[in-house]
Amino acid sequence: MDRTRLRRSMLYVPGNNAGMIRDAAIYHSDSIMFDLEDSVAYRQKDAARMLVFQNLRTLDFEGIETVVRINGLDTPYGREDIRAMVKARPDIIRLPKTDCAQDVQEVEKLIEIEERKNGMPVGTIGMMAAIESPLGVINAYSIATSSDRLIGIAIGAEDYVTAMKTARSASGVEILYARSAIVTAARAAGICAFDTVYSDLNNEEGFEAEVRLIKQLGFDGKSIISPRQIKLVHDVFAPNGKEIAFAERVIEAIEEAKAKGSGVIAVNGKMIDKPIVERAISTLERADAAGLRDYSSPAEGVLHA
Amino acid sequence: MPDNPVNHEIPDEILSAFDRKLFSGAYSNTPHIRIDKGNRSLPRLNKIVDTIEQVVIKTGLSDGMTISFHHHFRGGDKVINMVMDVISHMGIKNLTLAASSLTTVHSPLVGHIKSGTISRICTSGIRGELADEISAGLMDHPILIHSHGGRARAIETGKIKIDVAFLGVPTCDVYGNANGYTGASACGSLGYAKVDAHFARKVVLITDTIAEYPNTPFSIHQDQVDYIVVVDQVGDPKGISSGATRLTKNPRDILIGSLAAKVIACSGYFEDGFSLQTGSGGASLVTTKFLREYMEQQNIRANWALGGITAQMVKLHEDGLIKRLLDVQSFDQEAIRSIGENRYHSEIDASYYANPLNKGCAVNKINVVVLSALEIDTEFNVNVLTGSDGVLRGASGGHSDTAIGSGLSIVVAPLIRGRSATVVDQIKTVITPGSTIDVLVTDRGIAVNPRRPQVAEQLRRCKLPVIPISELKEKAQKLAGVPEPIIFEKKIVAVVEYRDGTILDVVRQVQA
Repeated sequence: MDRTRLRRSMLYVPGNNAGMIRDAAIYHSDSIMFDLEDSVAYRQKDAARMLVFQNLRTLDFEGIETVVRINGLDTPYGREDIRAMVKARPDIIRLPKTDCAQDVQEVEKLIEIEERKNGMPVGTIGMMAAIESPLGVINAYSIATSSDRLIGIAIGAEDYVTAMKTARSASGVEILYARSAIVTAARAAGICAFDTVYSDLNNEEGFEAEVRLIKQLGFDGKSIISPRQIKLVHDVFAPNGKEIAFAERVIEAIEEAKAKGSGVIAVNGKMIDKPIVERAISTLERADAAGLRDYSSPAEGVLHA
Repeated sequence: MPDNPVNHEIPDEILSAFDRKLFSGAYSNTPHIRIDKGNRSLPRLNKIVDTIEQVVIKTGLSDGMTISFHHHFRGGDKVINMVMDVISHMGIKNLTLAASSLTTVHSPLVGHIKSGTISRICTSGIRGELADEISAGLMDHPILIHSHGGRARAIETGKIKIDVAFLGVPTCDVYGNANGYTGASACGSLGYAKVDAHFARKVVLITDTIAEYPNTPFSIHQDQVDYIVVVDQVGDPKGISSGATRLTKNPRDILIGSLAAKVIACSGYFEDGFSLQTGSGGASLVTTKFLREYMEQQNIRANWALGGITAQMVKLHEDGLIKRLLDVQSFDQEAIRSIGENRYHSEIDASYYANPLNKGCAVNKINVVVLSALEIDTEFNVNVLTGSDGVLRGASGGHSDTAIGSGLSIVVAPLIRGRSATVVDQIKTVITPGSTIDVLVTDRGIAVNPRRPQVAEQLRRCKLPVIPISELKEKAQKLAGVPEPIIFEKKIVAVVEYRDGTILDVVRQVQA
């Protein structure tokens, strides 16, 4: 389980669609989330579980993080989902509709039982929790700190706005509090924060505005419903040339200071402290993921290199 | 009007020295001439014949001859079925049908084959019920599949001798000047028809719109045309073209297209003044779109684009990013509009486009081409003709012509299509030899033909996922498995001619 990996884009794939599952890896989202929950009709729950199980055990996802969204324990499918999925070994099991820490802990117990049963080290499977209710938002921090397995929490906006007696709007003002609460709780707990889906596939401008907003709020990434949304998310999250250059100078300065045995690090005459170093590392990670480092883009001189 | 021979004395030895005959009257040796000029109300001089049946009689069409058609009306074509119904009704047998291509609307030909009206076919492509029936052994003689360039070569060199060309045209005047971009059935370029009009023994135009004389600018000339028949409709506009070829929303095509554009941008061929051809397939159109971004970023303009022209190409042309368009076939309404409006959107014929044996065809000058594939083997040989079931369902088109002519030939295809692998050990039918294919772009990796190591090196430097084609094949096999082999009969149903006229492959009947 890797808490620090890059998670800009988490691609939803309906668990009952064999073709989409087969092709999910080719788009290189940071994570793929196979859904057994809301995108699967009741009469297809068993088939979807079996399909995701077989595919997780068979296909090569080429290092992309695999996530399965299971059904809640309040449904007839949740327990069976956990039994099958622990055996299939995705990287992460994602809980829907998490209202409190106990919701996470109950699932964690069941995961642990299955891990032991299957001879896997306890803690192999990571978890993430989706917060989709006002109660969940109020409990965000206690949810975020409820288990060592949690790699992140996510906001699910649709149920939340309904419970709030409002509806989604273009500006997203109705979920601003929830977003802020969740990203703050995640940061306080030292885990990732994921934003909700944007479902109007043909509104690229609206989508870009939303991705810029959630990046600015501090989210690590966003759940997405189509491969067509990946590039834009990655583009928005990609650092610009100035940020990359600064981050590279910070890292160089650290190396130099280490070589000299000096404890004080400065770039451009400014003191570099821990948060700046962390930010530099994350910047370079995102730059590498966007392929922006050892060549800028075909636009800038690769051809004649 | 009486004719007046000149009564000057001309010695016989002059006639024999110059090998000439004596003048016998101004009207006696020239056909198509208006003889009675006395009355303005006389019908104007024209070549219009009332019915197809009458025109068939006038052309002298008889058993065993060769007739030709073009496919510019694509899925909207009404001419082939209309003419064949009449010919069949007249009882003429054993014809060779030399069409530039055939589509799904031509299934009524099955009946004309069964009745013995048609006994041989040569075409670039074949689809639908007709293709299914031929694959199942309908014909005694195998059909001949040629490329667009190969057909032009065969007609010019007399390998295909067209007795009568029946050429549907959106408009023509009464004397036979025809173009493709006006009229209700407008189809744009008449590039394939132009070759037939030039070389056929008799040329019949079929139109639904008579234009004012002279119908300039014209693609088919009055001096090539024998007869004209006016019918209700030559084509269904809906089947002739889509409004503007739409960009796909299929994420996989977008992925492949964006990769192909990057391949072009990184290939070393992407420089100011380059030239390109992309097809009308989903991934191909997306390639054009993404290439535009690279062109704008790097301030690169193309000097020209070739081939089947689409709305994407027209947009690039009108925005100044492609200086000239050479158009053998116009794929959509935008291309049809543009060829009529834009001075540097030029119609070319199939020989100019791709005839390998003329004095120089356009494909030889193209820098980059993007092509499709139904199957490709680990030697880069490409099949665009037969499906995974071994049945005919495609077209040779300009595939092999552009592949060999271009500086860089790129094939785009998903690694798995439906449940079948695209990269395989052995393809069913070879249309384009692997020695003329440079790069394969799939959704799961890019392979470069080992004969282009520099291209591979360039792409690797741009961090493109270049892997050996054998690895792509293994990836595909792992996902799709190895299908049971298709069982073929001995009977050969189609012969694939390479563009130079040699025989490249055969297609056998599929066991029922």
